Amino acid sequence: MKNFTYFRPTTPEQAVALLENRWGNTELLAGGTDLHDLQKEYVAQPARVVSLSGVNALAGIRVEEKSVRIGAGAKLADIANHAELKRLFPSLTDAADQIGGPQIRNMGTLGGNLCQRNRCWYFRDEHTNCLLKTGQRCFALDGENKYHAIFSQGHRCVIVNPSTLAPALIALGASAVVQGPNGRRTIELGRFFRAPGANNEREHVLEANDMVVEVTIPRSNLANASYEVRHKQAYDWPLVQAAVSFERGDGGVRNPRVVLGHVAPTPHVAEAAARSITGQAVSEATAGAAGRAAAQDAKPLSQNGYKVKLVEVAVKRALIIAAGQKRYWEV
Amino acid sequence: MKKIHVTTTINGKETEFLCELRQSLLEVLRDVLMLTGAKEGCNNGNCGACNVLLDGRLVNSCLVMGAEVQACNVQTIEGIATPQGLHPLQQAFLEGAALQCGICTPGFIVAAKALLDQNPKPTEHQVRHFLAGNLCRCTGYDKIVRAVLQAATS
Repeated sequence: MKNFTYFRPTTPEQAVALLENRWGNTELLAGGTDLHDLQKEYVAQPARVVSLSGVNALAGIRVEEKSVRIGAGAKLADIANHAELKRLFPSLTDAADQIGGPQIRNMGTLGGNLCQRNRCWYFRDEHTNCLLKTGQRCFALDGENKYHAIFSQGHRCVIVNPSTLAPALIALGASAVVQGPNGRRTIELGRFFRAPGANNEREHVLEANDMVVEVTIPRSNLANASYEVRHKQAYDWPLVQAAVSFERGDGGVRNPRVVLGHVAPTPHVAEAAARSITGQAVSEATAGAAGRAAAQDAKPLSQNGYKVKLVEVAVKRALIIAAGQKRYWEV
Repeated sequence: MKKIHVTTTINGKETEFLCELRQSLLEVLRDVLMLTGAKEGCNNGNCGACNVLLDGRLVNSCLVMGAEVQACNVQTIEGIATPQGLHPLQQAFLEGAALQCGICTPGFIVAAKALLDQNPKPTEHQVRHFLAGNLCRCTGYDKIVRAVLQAATS
Protein backbone atom coordinates (compact mmCIF):
# COMPACT_ATOMS: atom_id res chain seq x y z
CA MET A 1 0.00 0.00 0.00
CA LYS A 2 1.26 3.49 -0.82
CA ASN A 3 1.57 5.78 2.14
CA PHE A 4 -0.74 8.76 2.49
CA THR A 5 -1.63 11.65 4.74
CA TYR A 6 -4.54 11.22 7.09
CA PHE A 7 -7.31 13.50 8.31
CA ARG A 8 -9.83 12.79 11.05
CA PRO A 9 -12.59 15.43 10.97
CA THR A 10 -15.42 15.43 13.51
CA THR A 11 -18.32 16.81 11.42
CA PRO A 12 -19.66 16.03 7.94
CA GLU A 13 -19.03 19.65 6.92
CA GLN A 14 -15.36 19.39 7.90
CA ALA A 15 -15.07 16.06 6.08
CA VAL A 16 -16.47 17.45 2.84
CA ALA A 17 -14.20 20.50 3.08
CA LEU A 18 -11.21 18.12 3.07
CA LEU A 19 -12.30 16.45 -0.18
CA GLU A 20 -11.27 17.60 -3.66
CA ASN A 21 -13.33 18.24 -6.77
CA ARG A 22 -11.61 15.40 -8.66
CA TRP A 23 -11.62 11.66 -7.99
CA GLY A 24 -8.64 9.60 -6.91
CA ASN A 25 -6.24 11.82 -4.98
CA THR A 26 -8.39 11.94 -1.81
CA GLU A 27 -10.57 9.10 -0.57
CA LEU A 28 -13.14 8.88 2.20
CA LEU A 29 -12.54 6.09 4.71
CA ALA A 30 -15.55 4.63 6.51
CA GLY A 31 -15.40 0.92 7.39
CA GLY A 32 -12.35 0.38 5.19
CA THR A 33 -13.41 -3.03 3.90
CA ASP A 34 -13.39 -1.77 0.31
CA LEU A 35 -10.90 1.12 0.36
CA HIS A 36 -8.05 -0.71 2.12
CA ASP A 37 -8.48 -3.70 -0.18
CA LEU A 38 -8.27 -1.40 -3.22
CA GLN A 39 -5.20 0.32 -1.74
CA LYS A 40 -3.45 -3.01 -1.12
CA GLU A 41 -4.07 -3.93 -4.76
CA TYR A 42 -2.76 -0.49 -5.87
CA VAL A 43 -6.05 0.09 -7.68
CA ALA A 44 -6.73 3.03 -5.35
CA GLN A 45 -3.63 5.09 -4.58
CA PRO A 46 -4.91 8.10 -2.65
CA ALA A 47 -2.37 10.61 -1.39
CA ARG A 48 -4.90 11.76 1.21
CA VAL A 49 -7.39 9.74 3.26
CA VAL A 50 -10.22 11.42 5.17
CA SER A 51 -11.37 9.13 7.96
CA LEU A 52 -14.97 9.30 9.14
CA SER A 53 -14.26 7.41 12.38
CA GLY A 54 -14.42 10.67 14.35
CA VAL A 55 -17.74 11.84 12.85
CA ASN A 56 -20.12 10.57 15.52
CA ALA A 57 -23.16 12.20 13.90
CA LEU A 58 -23.24 9.56 11.15
CA ALA A 59 -23.95 6.44 13.20
CA GLY A 60 -27.57 6.56 14.33
CA ILE A 61 -30.68 4.60 13.32
CA ARG A 62 -33.87 6.54 14.11
CA VAL A 63 -37.38 5.18 13.61
CA GLU A 64 -39.64 8.21 13.43
CA GLU A 65 -43.34 8.68 12.80
CA LYS A 66 -43.14 9.33 9.05
CA SER A 67 -39.76 7.91 8.12
CA VAL A 68 -36.81 5.86 9.19
CA ARG A 69 -33.45 7.63 9.13
CA ILE A 70 -30.27 5.57 9.01
CA GLY A 71 -26.93 7.34 9.31
CA ALA A 72 -24.42 6.64 6.56
CA GLY A 73 -22.00 5.44 9.23
CA ALA A 74 -24.40 2.83 10.62
CA LYS A 75 -22.69 -0.54 10.61
CA LEU A 76 -24.22 -3.29 8.48
CA ALA A 77 -24.48 -5.50 11.60
CA ASP A 78 -26.49 -2.81 13.39
CA ILE A 79 -28.89 -2.59 10.45
CA ALA A 80 -29.18 -6.39 10.21
CA ASN A 81 -29.90 -6.79 13.94
CA HIS A 82 -32.21 -3.80 14.49
CA ALA A 83 -35.51 -5.19 15.81
CA GLU A 84 -37.76 -2.41 14.47
CA LEU A 85 -36.06 -2.38 11.06
CA LYS A 86 -36.48 -6.16 10.84
CA ARG A 87 -40.21 -5.76 11.40
CA LEU A 88 -40.69 -2.87 8.96
CA PHE A 89 -38.14 -3.62 6.25
CA PRO A 90 -37.10 -7.29 6.22
CA SER A 91 -35.87 -6.80 2.64
CA LEU A 92 -33.21 -4.41 3.96
CA THR A 93 -32.26 -6.34 7.11
CA ASP A 94 -32.11 -9.70 5.30
CA ALA A 95 -29.88 -8.18 2.61
CA ALA A 96 -27.63 -6.63 5.29
CA ASP A 97 -27.40 -9.92 7.20
CA GLN A 98 -26.15 -11.75 4.11
CA ILE A 99 -23.24 -9.42 3.38
CA GLY A 100 -19.80 -10.94 4.04
CA GLY A 101 -19.35 -12.45 7.48
CA PRO A 102 -19.79 -10.90 10.93
CA GLN A 103 -16.41 -9.15 10.70
CA ILE A 104 -17.33 -7.39 7.46
CA ARG A 105 -20.78 -6.48 8.83
CA ASN A 106 -19.14 -5.04 11.96
CA MET A 107 -16.87 -2.85 9.86
CA GLY A 108 -18.82 -2.04 6.71
CA THR A 109 -21.25 0.89 6.72
CA LEU A 110 -24.44 1.85 4.91
CA GLY A 111 -22.72 4.73 3.09
CA GLY A 112 -19.83 2.50 2.12
CA ASN A 113 -22.17 -0.18 0.86
CA LEU A 114 -23.85 2.33 -1.47
CA CYS A 115 -20.62 3.95 -2.67
CA GLN A 116 -18.30 0.91 -2.87
CA ARG A 117 -16.46 0.14 -6.09
CA ASN A 118 -17.48 -2.74 -8.30
CA ARG A 119 -15.94 -6.22 -8.00
CA CYS A 120 -15.09 -6.84 -11.67
CA TRP A 121 -11.88 -8.87 -11.66
CA TYR A 122 -10.41 -6.80 -14.48
CA PHE A 123 -11.04 -3.57 -12.58
CA ARG A 124 -9.63 -5.05 -9.35
CA ASP A 125 -6.47 -6.33 -11.07
CA GLU A 126 -3.58 -3.92 -10.63
CA HIS A 127 -2.11 -4.90 -13.99
CA THR A 128 -5.24 -4.55 -16.13
CA ASN A 129 -5.86 -1.06 -17.40
CA CYS A 130 -9.57 -1.26 -18.08
CA LEU A 131 -12.03 1.39 -19.13
CA LEU A 132 -12.60 2.50 -15.52
CA LYS A 133 -8.91 3.27 -15.08
CA THR A 134 -7.30 4.95 -18.07
CA GLY A 135 -7.72 2.13 -20.57
CA GLN A 136 -9.61 2.11 -23.82
CA ARG A 137 -11.73 -1.02 -23.46
CA CYS A 138 -13.75 -3.26 -21.19
CA PHE A 139 -12.07 -6.65 -21.04
CA ALA A 140 -15.14 -8.40 -19.66
CA LEU A 141 -17.18 -7.74 -22.81
CA ASP A 142 -15.48 -10.57 -24.67
CA GLY A 143 -13.46 -12.02 -21.79
CA GLU A 144 -14.29 -13.77 -18.53
CA ASN A 145 -17.78 -12.46 -17.81
CA LYS A 146 -19.52 -15.17 -15.79
CA TYR A 147 -20.46 -12.72 -13.02
CA HIS A 148 -21.11 -9.66 -15.18
CA ALA A 149 -24.19 -7.84 -16.45
CA ILE A 150 -27.04 -9.36 -18.41
CA PHE A 151 -28.74 -5.98 -18.75
CA SER A 152 -25.86 -3.86 -19.95
CA GLN A 153 -28.14 -1.46 -21.86
CA GLY A 154 -25.48 -0.62 -24.39
CA HIS A 155 -22.96 0.43 -21.77
CA ARG A 156 -19.29 0.11 -22.61
CA CYS A 157 -18.46 -1.34 -19.17
CA VAL A 158 -20.43 -4.41 -18.08
CA ILE A 159 -19.86 -4.46 -14.33
CA VAL A 160 -22.65 -5.26 -11.94
CA ASN A 161 -23.34 -2.83 -9.12
CA PRO A 162 -22.21 -4.68 -5.97
CA SER A 163 -24.60 -3.13 -3.42
CA THR A 164 -27.28 -5.49 -2.13
CA LEU A 165 -28.80 -2.83 0.11
CA ALA A 166 -29.48 -0.58 -2.89
CA PRO A 167 -32.12 -2.77 -4.59
CA ALA A 168 -33.96 -3.18 -1.28
CA LEU A 169 -33.79 0.55 -0.54
CA ILE A 170 -34.88 1.55 -4.05
CA ALA A 171 -37.88 -0.80 -3.81
CA LEU A 172 -38.77 0.88 -0.49
CA GLY A 173 -38.61 4.37 -2.05
CA ALA A 174 -35.60 5.50 -0.01
CA SER A 175 -33.50 8.62 -0.57
CA ALA A 176 -29.94 9.62 0.26
CA VAL A 177 -29.14 12.86 2.06
CA VAL A 178 -25.90 14.13 0.55
CA GLN A 179 -23.54 16.70 2.04
CA GLY A 180 -21.71 18.78 -0.53
CA PRO A 181 -19.54 21.87 -0.28
CA ASN A 182 -22.64 24.07 -0.63
CA GLY A 183 -24.90 22.26 1.81
CA ARG A 184 -27.19 19.28 1.80
CA ARG A 185 -29.48 17.88 -0.86
CA THR A 186 -31.64 14.79 -1.22
CA ILE A 187 -31.27 12.26 -4.03
CA GLU A 188 -33.77 9.45 -4.56
CA LEU A 189 -31.80 6.20 -4.50
CA GLY A 190 -33.55 5.27 -7.74
CA ARG A 191 -31.53 8.13 -9.30
CA PHE A 192 -28.37 7.66 -7.22
CA PHE A 193 -26.56 5.11 -9.37
CA ARG A 194 -25.14 5.25 -12.84
CA ALA A 195 -23.07 3.09 -15.13
CA PRO A 196 -19.49 4.37 -15.07
CA GLY A 197 -17.51 4.41 -18.29
CA ALA A 198 -14.24 6.19 -17.47
CA ASN A 199 -11.75 6.75 -14.67
CA ASN A 200 -13.35 10.04 -13.66
CA GLU A 201 -16.71 8.39 -13.05
CA ARG A 202 -17.94 6.31 -10.13
CA GLU A 203 -20.83 3.87 -9.81
CA HIS A 204 -23.02 6.69 -8.49
CA VAL A 205 -23.85 10.30 -9.38
CA LEU A 206 -22.06 12.00 -6.46
CA GLU A 207 -19.35 14.55 -7.09
CA ALA A 208 -15.89 13.89 -5.69
CA ASN A 209 -16.49 16.37 -2.87
CA ASP A 210 -19.89 14.99 -1.84
CA MET A 211 -20.63 12.42 0.81
CA VAL A 212 -23.74 10.53 1.90
CA VAL A 213 -24.73 11.43 5.45
CA GLU A 214 -28.03 9.62 5.82
CA VAL A 215 -30.59 7.42 4.09
CA THR A 216 -34.28 8.03 4.73
CA ILE A 217 -36.98 5.44 4.11
CA PRO A 218 -40.65 6.47 4.16
CA ARG A 219 -42.57 4.49 6.80
CA SER A 220 -45.25 2.35 5.25
CA ASN A 221 -46.96 -0.99 5.46
CA LEU A 222 -45.40 -2.19 2.23
CA ALA A 223 -44.92 -5.92 1.95
CA ASN A 224 -41.24 -6.31 1.11
CA ALA A 225 -38.55 -8.94 0.66
CA SER A 226 -35.16 -9.54 -0.88
CA TYR A 227 -34.01 -12.88 -2.25
CA GLU A 228 -30.46 -13.71 -3.36
CA VAL A 229 -29.47 -16.68 -5.46
CA ARG A 230 -26.00 -17.73 -4.32
CA HIS A 231 -23.44 -20.48 -4.68
CA LYS A 232 -22.88 -20.48 -0.91
CA GLN A 233 -25.26 -19.55 1.88
CA ALA A 234 -22.72 -17.21 3.48
CA TYR A 235 -19.67 -15.14 2.66
CA ASP A 236 -20.35 -14.92 -1.01
CA TRP A 237 -21.68 -12.41 -3.48
CA PRO A 238 -25.11 -13.13 -4.86
CA LEU A 239 -25.32 -14.29 -8.45
CA VAL A 240 -28.66 -12.49 -8.78
CA GLN A 241 -30.75 -10.58 -6.24
CA ALA A 242 -34.37 -9.47 -6.43
CA ALA A 243 -35.90 -6.96 -4.02
CA VAL A 244 -39.65 -6.36 -4.14
CA SER A 245 -42.21 -4.20 -2.37
CA PHE A 246 -45.94 -3.75 -2.82
CA GLU A 247 -49.14 -2.66 -1.13
CA ARG A 248 -51.58 -5.39 -0.23
CA GLY A 249 -55.10 -4.64 -1.47
CA ASP A 250 -58.41 -6.43 -1.94
CA GLY A 251 -57.77 -6.48 -5.65
CA GLY A 252 -54.32 -8.04 -5.25
CA VAL A 253 -50.91 -6.43 -5.45
CA ARG A 254 -50.84 -2.63 -5.79
CA ASN A 255 -47.95 -0.35 -6.78
CA PRO A 256 -45.30 -3.06 -6.86
CA ARG A 257 -41.62 -2.34 -7.29
CA VAL A 258 -39.22 -5.02 -8.47
CA VAL A 259 -35.51 -4.14 -8.38
CA LEU A 260 -32.76 -6.52 -9.44
CA GLY A 261 -29.20 -6.59 -8.16
CA HIS A 262 -26.05 -8.08 -9.71
CA VAL A 263 -27.49 -8.06 -13.23
CA ALA A 264 -26.58 -4.57 -14.52
CA PRO A 265 -24.10 -1.73 -13.97
CA THR A 266 -26.78 -0.12 -11.76
CA PRO A 267 -29.59 -1.63 -9.68
CA HIS A 268 -32.08 -2.64 -12.37
CA VAL A 269 -35.76 -1.68 -12.05
CA ALA A 270 -37.85 -4.43 -13.68
CA GLU A 271 -40.92 -2.50 -14.80
CA ALA A 272 -42.35 -5.36 -16.85
CA ALA A 273 -42.32 -7.58 -13.75
CA ALA A 274 -44.14 -4.91 -11.76
CA ARG A 275 -46.79 -4.58 -14.49
CA SER A 276 -47.18 -8.35 -14.60
CA ILE A 277 -47.95 -8.75 -10.88
CA THR A 278 -50.10 -5.59 -10.53
CA GLY A 279 -53.67 -6.46 -9.58
CA GLN A 280 -52.83 -10.14 -9.14
CA ALA A 281 -52.96 -12.26 -6.01
CA VAL A 282 -49.44 -13.59 -5.39
CA SER A 283 -49.18 -17.27 -6.21
CA GLU A 284 -46.51 -19.51 -7.65
CA ALA A 285 -48.13 -18.97 -11.05
CA THR A 286 -48.40 -15.15 -10.94
CA ALA A 287 -45.02 -14.72 -9.23
CA GLY A 288 -43.47 -17.02 -11.81
CA ALA A 289 -44.98 -14.96 -14.61
CA ALA A 290 -43.55 -11.79 -13.05
CA GLY A 291 -40.15 -13.49 -12.92
CA ARG A 292 -40.33 -14.32 -16.61
CA ALA A 293 -41.35 -10.75 -17.37
CA ALA A 294 -38.35 -9.47 -15.38
CA ALA A 295 -35.98 -11.55 -17.46
CA GLN A 296 -37.48 -10.95 -20.89
CA ASP A 297 -35.19 -8.14 -22.06
CA ALA A 298 -31.96 -9.68 -20.78
CA LYS A 299 -29.04 -9.77 -23.20
CA PRO A 300 -26.49 -12.05 -21.57
CA LEU A 301 -22.81 -12.08 -22.45
CA SER A 302 -20.89 -15.17 -23.55
CA GLN A 303 -20.66 -16.80 -20.09
CA ASN A 304 -23.61 -15.55 -18.05
CA GLY A 305 -26.73 -16.83 -19.78
CA TYR A 306 -27.47 -18.82 -16.60
CA LYS A 307 -28.34 -15.53 -14.86
CA VAL A 308 -31.45 -15.09 -17.01
CA LYS A 309 -33.04 -18.14 -15.38
CA LEU A 310 -31.86 -16.98 -11.95
CA VAL A 311 -33.69 -13.66 -12.42
CA GLU A 312 -36.93 -15.58 -12.93
CA VAL A 313 -36.30 -17.61 -9.77
CA ALA A 314 -35.21 -14.66 -7.64
CA VAL A 315 -38.22 -12.48 -8.52
CA LYS A 316 -40.65 -15.36 -8.02
CA ARG A 317 -39.22 -16.24 -4.60
CA ALA A 318 -38.97 -12.63 -3.42
CA LEU A 319 -42.66 -12.12 -4.22
CA ILE A 320 -43.60 -15.34 -2.40
CA ILE A 321 -41.61 -14.27 0.69
CA ALA A 322 -43.05 -10.72 0.67
CA ALA A 323 -46.57 -12.15 0.46
CA GLY A 324 -45.84 -14.28 3.52
CA GLN A 325 -46.46 -17.52 1.68
CA LYS A 326 -44.84 -20.89 2.21
CA ARG A 327 -41.29 -21.02 0.87
CA TYR A 328 -41.91 -23.94 -1.46
CA TRP A 329 -38.16 -24.38 -2.12
CA GLU A 330 -37.32 -25.07 1.53
CA VAL A 331 -37.68 -28.72 2.50
CA MET B 1 7.20 9.10 6.22
CA LYS B 2 6.50 10.50 9.65
CA LYS B 3 5.15 7.96 12.10
CA ILE B 4 1.95 8.40 14.07
CA HIS B 5 1.80 8.06 17.83
CA VAL B 6 -1.15 5.97 19.00
CA THR B 7 -2.37 5.30 22.53
CA THR B 8 -4.79 2.44 22.95
CA THR B 9 -5.76 -0.41 25.26
CA ILE B 10 -4.68 -3.90 24.23
CA ASN B 11 -5.82 -6.87 26.31
CA GLY B 12 -6.65 -4.55 29.17
CA LYS B 13 -3.26 -2.84 29.22
CA GLU B 14 -2.70 0.75 28.11
CA THR B 15 -0.33 0.57 25.16
CA GLU B 16 1.52 3.14 23.05
CA PHE B 17 3.05 2.53 19.67
CA LEU B 18 4.37 4.34 16.62
CA CYS B 19 3.16 3.27 13.19
CA GLU B 20 3.13 4.35 9.59
CA LEU B 21 -0.27 5.31 8.24
CA ARG B 22 -0.21 2.49 5.74
CA GLN B 23 0.32 -0.12 8.45
CA SER B 24 -2.73 -2.17 9.37
CA LEU B 25 -3.62 -3.05 12.93
CA LEU B 26 -2.50 -6.59 12.09
CA GLU B 27 0.96 -5.34 11.04
CA VAL B 28 1.17 -3.23 14.19
CA LEU B 29 0.22 -6.16 16.41
CA ARG B 30 2.66 -8.57 14.79
CA ASP B 31 5.58 -6.39 13.73
CA VAL B 32 5.57 -3.55 16.27
CA LEU B 33 4.04 -5.05 19.40
CA MET B 34 5.23 -8.64 18.79
CA LEU B 35 1.74 -10.03 19.44
CA THR B 36 2.00 -12.73 16.78
CA GLY B 37 -1.13 -14.69 17.74
CA ALA B 38 -3.22 -12.99 15.07
CA LYS B 39 -2.16 -14.45 11.71
CA GLU B 40 -1.93 -13.00 8.24
CA GLY B 41 -3.82 -15.23 5.85
CA CYS B 42 -5.39 -13.43 2.92
CA ASN B 43 -4.73 -9.85 4.08
CA ASN B 44 -7.98 -8.71 2.45
CA GLY B 45 -10.80 -9.67 4.79
CA ASN B 46 -11.69 -13.09 3.47
CA CYS B 47 -10.09 -15.57 5.88
CA GLY B 48 -10.53 -14.31 9.45
CA ALA B 49 -7.08 -15.48 10.61
CA CYS B 50 -6.34 -11.93 11.84
CA ASN B 51 -9.56 -11.54 13.86
CA VAL B 52 -9.49 -9.31 16.91
CA LEU B 53 -12.19 -7.67 19.00
CA LEU B 54 -12.24 -3.90 18.54
CA ASP B 55 -14.35 -2.22 21.23
CA GLY B 56 -15.97 -5.63 21.71
CA ARG B 57 -16.81 -6.17 18.03
CA LEU B 58 -15.23 -8.81 15.84
CA VAL B 59 -13.16 -7.29 13.01
CA ASN B 60 -10.46 -8.28 10.53
CA SER B 61 -7.37 -6.49 11.86
CA CYS B 62 -5.88 -6.53 8.34
CA LEU B 63 -8.60 -4.08 7.24
CA VAL B 64 -8.20 -1.63 10.13
CA MET B 65 -5.54 1.07 10.03
CA GLY B 66 -3.25 0.96 13.06
CA ALA B 67 -3.75 4.71 13.43
CA GLU B 68 -7.52 4.26 13.70
CA VAL B 69 -7.39 2.38 17.04
CA GLN B 70 -6.47 5.53 18.96
CA ALA B 71 -8.36 5.39 22.29
CA CYS B 72 -9.99 2.06 21.37
CA ASN B 73 -10.08 -1.23 23.23
CA VAL B 74 -8.41 -4.09 21.36
CA GLN B 75 -8.62 -7.71 22.48
CA THR B 76 -6.42 -10.29 20.76
CA ILE B 77 -6.04 -14.04 21.11
CA GLU B 78 -3.26 -13.37 23.63
CA GLY B 79 -5.82 -11.87 26.02
CA ILE B 80 -8.27 -14.76 25.99
CA ALA B 81 -6.66 -17.21 28.44
CA THR B 82 -6.14 -16.15 32.06
CA PRO B 83 -3.22 -16.99 34.36
CA GLN B 84 -5.59 -19.50 35.96
CA GLY B 85 -6.13 -21.48 32.79
CA LEU B 86 -7.33 -21.69 29.22
CA HIS B 87 -10.60 -20.19 28.04
CA PRO B 88 -13.34 -22.84 27.68
CA LEU B 89 -13.12 -22.42 23.90
CA GLN B 90 -9.39 -23.11 23.92
CA GLN B 91 -9.96 -26.16 26.13
CA ALA B 92 -12.72 -27.43 23.84
CA PHE B 93 -10.56 -26.94 20.72
CA LEU B 94 -7.76 -28.93 22.39
CA GLU B 95 -9.96 -31.73 23.65
CA GLY B 96 -11.92 -31.97 20.41
CA ALA B 97 -8.78 -31.84 18.22
CA ALA B 98 -10.44 -28.92 16.41
CA LEU B 99 -7.24 -27.91 14.72
CA GLN B 100 -4.82 -29.43 12.27
CA CYS B 101 -2.11 -27.02 11.15
CA GLY B 102 -3.35 -24.39 13.60
CA ILE B 103 -2.94 -21.26 11.51
CA CYS B 104 -6.65 -20.49 11.45
CA THR B 105 -7.18 -21.40 15.12
CA PRO B 106 -6.58 -18.00 16.79
CA GLY B 107 -9.04 -16.38 14.39
CA PHE B 108 -11.66 -19.07 14.97
CA ILE B 109 -11.33 -18.79 18.74
CA VAL B 110 -11.61 -14.99 18.72
CA ALA B 111 -14.66 -15.22 16.41
CA ALA B 112 -16.26 -17.93 18.52
CA LYS B 113 -15.67 -15.84 21.65
CA ALA B 114 -17.44 -12.91 19.99
CA LEU B 115 -20.37 -15.22 19.22
CA LEU B 116 -20.61 -16.71 22.72
CA ASP B 117 -20.30 -13.25 24.32
CA GLN B 118 -23.50 -12.19 22.53
CA ASN B 119 -25.22 -15.58 22.27
CA PRO B 120 -24.07 -18.05 24.97
CA LYS B 121 -26.18 -20.96 23.67
CA PRO B 122 -26.06 -20.81 19.87
CA THR B 123 -27.57 -23.42 17.59
CA GLU B 124 -25.33 -25.26 15.15
CA HIS B 125 -26.75 -23.11 12.34
CA GLN B 126 -25.95 -19.92 14.26
CA VAL B 127 -22.38 -21.14 14.87
CA ARG B 128 -21.91 -21.89 11.18
CA HIS B 129 -23.43 -18.55 10.10
CA PHE B 130 -21.20 -16.64 12.52
CA LEU B 131 -18.01 -18.49 11.54
CA ALA B 132 -18.63 -17.92 7.82
CA GLY B 133 -15.86 -15.32 7.72
CA ASN B 134 -13.19 -17.77 8.89
CA LEU B 135 -11.42 -20.13 6.54
CA CYS B 136 -9.67 -23.37 7.51
CA ARG B 137 -7.55 -24.63 4.62
CA CYS B 138 -7.23 -28.04 6.32
CA THR B 139 -11.07 -28.01 6.09
CA GLY B 140 -11.54 -29.19 9.67
CA TYR B 141 -14.80 -27.31 9.99
CA ASP B 142 -16.89 -30.04 11.56
CA LYS B 143 -14.63 -30.44 14.60
CA ILE B 144 -14.41 -26.65 14.95
CA VAL B 145 -18.19 -26.28 15.00
CA ARG B 146 -18.48 -29.15 17.49
CA ALA B 147 -15.82 -27.59 19.74
CA VAL B 148 -17.70 -24.27 19.81
CA LEU B 149 -20.93 -26.06 20.68
CA GLN B 150 -19.05 -28.02 23.36
CA ALA B 151 -17.61 -24.83 24.86
CA ALA B 152 -21.11 -23.34 24.94
CA THR B 153 -22.29 -26.15 27.20
CA SER B 154 -19.42 -25.73 29.69
